[in-house]
Amino acid sequence: MATTSSRARPAAGTAEARRSLLVAVMGGVALMAALDEIVFHQLLGWHHFYDRSTSQVALLSDGLLHAGELVLLVASGFGFAELRRRGALAARWAWAGLFLGLGGFQLFDAVVDHKVLRVHQVRYGVDLLPYDLAWSLGGVLLLGVGAVLALRARGGR
Amino acid sequence: MVAEAHAGRAAHAGHGAAGSLLGSAPGWVLVVLVVGALVLPYLVGVARVRARGRRWSPWRTAAWATGAVLVGAALAPPLAEAAHAGAQGHTAQHLVLGVYAPLALVLGSPVRLLLGAGSRAVRARVAAVLQAPLVRVVSFPAVAALLDTGGLYLLHLTPLHALSQREPLVHALVLAHFLLAGALYAWAVAGPDPAPRRPGTATRVGVLVLAAGAHGYLAKLLYGRAAELPPGAVGSTADREQAAVLLSYGGDVGELLLATALFGGWYRLRGRRTRRGSRGAGVAAPRPVG
Repeated sequence: MATTSSRARPAAGTAEARRSLLVAVMGGVALMAALDEIVFHQLLGWHHFYDRSTSQVALLSDGLLHAGELVLLVASGFGFAELRRRGALAARWAWAGLFLGLGGFQLFDAVVDHKVLRVHQVRYGVDLLPYDLAWSLGGVLLLGVGAVLALRARGGR
Repeated sequence: MVAEAHAGRAAHAGHGAAGSLLGSAPGWVLVVLVVGALVLPYLVGVARVRARGRRWSPWRTAAWATGAVLVGAALAPPLAEAAHAGAQGHTAQHLVLGVYAPLALVLGSPVRLLLGAGSRAVRARVAAVLQAPLVRVVSFPAVAALLDTGGLYLLHLTPLHALSQREPLVHALVLAHFLLAGALYAWAVAGPDPAPRRPGTATRVGVLVLAAGAHGYLAKLLYGRAAELPPGAVGSTADREQAAVLLSYGGDVGELLLATALFGGWYRLRGRRTRRGSRGAGVAAPRPVG
């Protein structure tokens, strides 16, 4: 835990770089979860509030995940503000973290929520395969962008 | 339905016969009494703190006043009658009395006010109460969350709900439990008040997620089994389904507010530490907050 000599551009491995990455990952996860709720549950009505085929265990874990996402949204907001207040935000790491969080949640939602836990499906009354593929590929793409940004942040350029 | 609404008015907080004779007037008198009993002592306390030359943030006063008005609104005849007429009204009353009002009251820092305004004897007594074993146990976040959310499970999964609709005294006790358990939970998880041995941020965040998750699960359970839960409930299944959706989204709003209060406290504390310590020492060893 070395102290930083230059505040302008915290290098990889410093506390500030790690904190910036962590706060942004939390923000990315929460933003994607919020987007999912607003666009697909509320606006499009593709996802259902309650799916009768969902098991009780899945419902409980879904409740906990949803509660965790809301807390992440607030936590990342205050964490971000705290880093900015003391001039310790590493912007490159934060961008990388944001995309890793967005993509990570998207992929998790596609695989765990929709397929493993079967909390709900992407859409009802249609052939699911193209939707599931698009959902997962979107997540992989965002993760890829995040990985590239993280590598560039580590390189310090 | 009409008979139910009448029973509701009569049942409301034990204002038996007078309620049906004089319409909603006694209900409003109760509202004025409750709001007054909450706000006036608080204002006296603020005046005493200021008289001692200490500052008291107007935001705290505003938070307490908001909480008092919300308690009044939850007990006022329109919401009290809606709570007896159907599940949606009942859920709205639960959310206002058990989630939003307690948080606003807790943000008013009542314990800090008592310490600042009271005589030495009062301060000693407050400290003694805070140190009492029972108080320490119930104000531990996980226990407070269990009393609050557990009470909600008990009400909806057992015949207690039906009983509270029949018996005015039980109903009054249930409402009191909503408010007190909600306040205890908000105080333990997100309160700005000084408290001995309050656990760290990570523990309180964990309890908040577990409790909010359990609250969300109960809402889905009530939606999925609206035809049979709560046991002995009257009225339509569609009404209870809508009430469960309201419980879910209303609970989300409550969780967001609690999290904002919790992390807002963390942000202020950290700012104070950063300013106090030298730059390096003050910000070393950051702990993850999630």
